Amino acid sequence: MAEKVLMKGNEAFAEAAIRGGARFYFGYPITPQSEIPEYMARELKKRGGAFLQAESELGAINMTYGCASAGGNVFISSSSPGIALMQEGMSFLCSAEVPCTILNVSRGGPGVGGIQPGQADYFQMTRGGGNGDYRIPTYAPANIQEAVDIIYDAPFLADEIRNPVAILADGMMGQMMEPVALPEPKKQIMPEDVAAYKPWALTGYNAKPDGKRVVVKSLRLQPEMLEQHVEMLFEKYHRLEKELVRHESVDLEGAEIVFVAFGTMSRLCTEAMEILAEKGVKAGLIRPITIWPFPYGAFDEIDYGATKAVISTELSMGQMMEDVKIGVSGRLPVELIHRTGGMIPTSIEVAEKAMKILEARK
Amino acid sequence: MLPEILLGRRILIVTGHYGSGKTELSVSLAMALSRNNETGFPRLALCDLDVVNPYFRSRERMDLLESVGVKVYGGIYGKGSAAEIPELSAAVRAPLDDKGCFTIIDAGGNDAGARILKQFSRYFTREERFTLAVVNASRPDTADVQMTLEQHEAIESALGFEIDGYANNTHMLMETTAATVEKGHRLCSELSAVTGRPLLWDCYPEKLVSAADVEKFSSATLPVGMYMRQTWLDK
Repeated sequence: MAEKVLMKGNEAFAEAAIRGGARFYFGYPITPQSEIPEYMARELKKRGGAFLQAESELGAINMTYGCASAGGNVFISSSSPGIALMQEGMSFLCSAEVPCTILNVSRGGPGVGGIQPGQADYFQMTRGGGNGDYRIPTYAPANIQEAVDIIYDAPFLADEIRNPVAILADGMMGQMMEPVALPEPKKQIMPEDVAAYKPWALTGYNAKPDGKRVVVKSLRLQPEMLEQHVEMLFEKYHRLEKELVRHESVDLEGAEIVFVAFGTMSRLCTEAMEILAEKGVKAGLIRPITIWPFPYGAFDEIDYGATKAVISTELSMGQMMEDVKIGVSGRLPVELIHRTGGMIPTSIEVAEKAMKILEARK
Repeated sequence: MLPEILLGRRILIVTGHYGSGKTELSVSLAMALSRNNETGFPRLALCDLDVVNPYFRSRERMDLLESVGVKVYGGIYGKGSAAEIPELSAAVRAPLDDKGCFTIIDAGGNDAGARILKQFSRYFTREERFTLAVVNASRPDTADVQMTLEQHEAIESALGFEIDGYANNTHMLMETTAATVEKGHRLCSELSAVTGRPLLWDCYPEKLVSAADVEKFSSATLPVGMYMRQTWLDK
C-alpha cells in the first residue's frame, strides 16, 4: 500500500479521479468544492489532459456531453445548485449512453442555500432532476479514503456501463482533512486507442477499425423506437441494481435502535452509538454506500425481535426516509432525526433524540 | 514556551501552506498564552484573516477563546463562517493599533491567503513582527525541502517580507505518532540549515503523542490541541 499523505477531501477527490483515468474537466467554481477545479486547472495539462472553465454549469455538462461522446474520459464536479443546473445534460448523457463521472460536494439548500454541508440533494441524486426515464448509479462515501477508492474506480465503471456514475460527498467531506493512501495511476487509454476501446465513440470515420459509422444521439422520434430504447436502458439499470448495490451494517444483532445514515451523518451516528452504549442502549447502523441503487435488502438484516426503532438520520428534511420506509416495509414505523440548511447536530443531540424515540416505543 | 527570539515582538504572523495546521496552532498557542502570558504584553488577540477556507476557521472558536480572555477578530459576521465573501471587519485593525496587545494573525493558506495581509503592512514593522511558517511534511505539496521552499517563496512574495522561522506541525490527524513529528523535524531542520532561519517549535498533538517522546529529538516542543476538529469526524 502506498504511504499515506494528509489531504483535504477535495484535493484527494481530484487526484483520485486523475489516477483513475479521468483526463478532462469542465467546471465552474462553487463553494465548498472550488479546490477541485483549482487542482484540475493546475494538474490536468501536466498529466496529458485538459481543463476548461465553463461559462456556467450548463456549459460544463454540455462540454462533458461533447467530449465524452468523442471518447474523452471526463470527470466533473460541482455543488448542489450547480448540479441542479446540470440535470438536463445528465438526462441526455443517460439517454445517449455516454459515460462520465460526476461529483456533488453538496451544501445546504434549496435555491442558492448556503455553503455549509447538507444532504438535501438525496432526491436530486437518486431520482434526478432531468426529464424522462433514466438512472444514475450514485455512491455516498463516508470518509475520504472510501471516496478516493470509489472515485478512482468510477471512470472505468462509467465506461463499462456506458452511463454517468455519480458520487455524493457533502461539504464536510470536501473540506475536512484525512490521511489517505492514493492508489497507483491506472493505465491510460491513449487517444489512438479510443476507437478500439470505445467503438461507439465519435472518433472519426477513418479511425473505426470495422469501418462502421456511429451516431451518438438522444433523439428518437418514433415512439416505438424510443420505448424500445428505454426498455433496453432499464434492462441495464435492473442489472446494475443487483451488481452495484453496497452497504455496511454495524451491530444490528440485538440492537434496540437502528440508525440509517450515509456519508458524514453515519460518522456522527457512530459516536452517538457509543454514547447510547454508555447508557446501556444497544444501537446499530445501516450505512448505504450506494444510494441508487438503494440497499433495500439490508433492512432484512434488522433483528426485528429486538429492534424498537429504525431512525433515518439525515442532513435533510427526511429525503432518504422514503427509501428507508420501502426497505423496512412496514415491519416497524420509521422515525427521523435530522438537521438541515447546513446545520449539523452534535452526537449528544442525536443520542438524546434517539433515547426519546425509544422511550416512546416502550 | 515562547522562544527568546519572539520576546518583544508584538505581532506573530502564522502563515504556511494550505492545510499545514495554522489554525490549530494559532488557537492552541492562544489558549496556552491565556494560561501563561509570557509575551510581556497585557492583552492577547487572535486575528482570523483567513478568507480562503470556508470551514474550519479560528473564528468558529470565538466563544472559547474570548472566555479565556483572548479577543478574536475576523469577519463582519462574527463567529459565523457561512459566508463565501472574502470580507474582513475593520475591527481587525484594533489589536494591531494597540501597542499593549500581543496579536496572533491566523492567515489563510498559501500565497492566496498571505496576500490579504498586504493591506495591513504598515503595522508589520521589522521590530514588531515575527513571521512563522507552519510546515506539515505529511502534506504532498510540502513533502521535501525544495517543494516547501517554493511554497514559502510564493508566500513571501505575496507578503512583501520574509519568513522569520518555522514551526514543525507534521501530523496525520489521529494516526500521528512521535515518528510522524520526527519526520517533520528532519524536514524543518534541513530547511533551517538552508535558509538560516530557526525552527521555533516541534508541535505535537497532546492527545496522541507524549512530550517525552518528542523531547528525544527536539529541544523546543509545543503541544497542540484538536480544537477545530469535532470528535465524530474520527469515528
